[in-house]
Amino acid sequence: MTRLRIEVGPADFDAAQELSALASGDCGGIGSFVGIVRAGSSHPRVTALTLEHYPGMTEAALHRIAQQATARWELTGCTIIHRTGRLLAGETIVFVGAASPHRAAALAATAFLIDWLKTAAPFWKHEEFDDGTASWVAANPADDAAAARWQSA
Amino acid sequence: MTRLRYFAWLREKIGTAEEELELPADIGTVAGLIAWLRGRGPGHAAAFAESNRVRCALDHEFAGPDALIAQAREIGFFPPVTGG
Repeated sequence: MTRLRIEVGPADFDAAQELSALASGDCGGIGSFVGIVRAGSSHPRVTALTLEHYPGMTEAALHRIAQQATARWELTGCTIIHRTGRLLAGETIVFVGAASPHRAAALAATAFLIDWLKTAAPFWKHEEFDDGTASWVAANPADDAAAARWQSA
Repeated sequence: MTRLRYFAWLREKIGTAEEELELPADIGTVAGLIAWLRGRGPGHAAAFAESNRVRCALDHEFAGPDALIAQAREIGFFPPVTGG
């Protein structure tokens, strides 16, 4: 049985605590990814972003992504936490973790989870900039390409 | 009645997050519904002007333009997703 943990909401998370929760005698290692709100190096810089999502559909989509990962790799635990609402540059936005008896599976499942989360979960980012402007983030074709590589792999 | 929900810039252009509508029986597909919604007013027309920038979910499942809306109780419209 793979332990699944899916959280969507404004609350911050403690990555160390999430890693501890994934650790068990059955797993040999844990892969993880923590996403941070990026200010960026070009001007204007991002000061904050607001994450909008589709309540109900979001949780279902994340469960489906986690289940695809557990069907594909031998995982003892899988955690996806996605924050919503307004977040400042430098704050955490997403946590993905996959525990497995084997490191290759843990690392591959982690990459799979974050790649699919970016293209198959209903979240939208609205960025605020230091020049007072704000705009919706456009989808990045590179994210679609990153997710698509798992279909042929 | 069908519940329509709008997100991100579609919500802003339309001016509401959701509405309950009686959809004409002859609307078959998502693309047909988009064409009909364009006629509801200037906000809807602006939101659905470029249908290649619009994504859809039927009862919380992603659906393409050719998908049949059939018995869907809730239909969501939104831009391509940008989470993570």
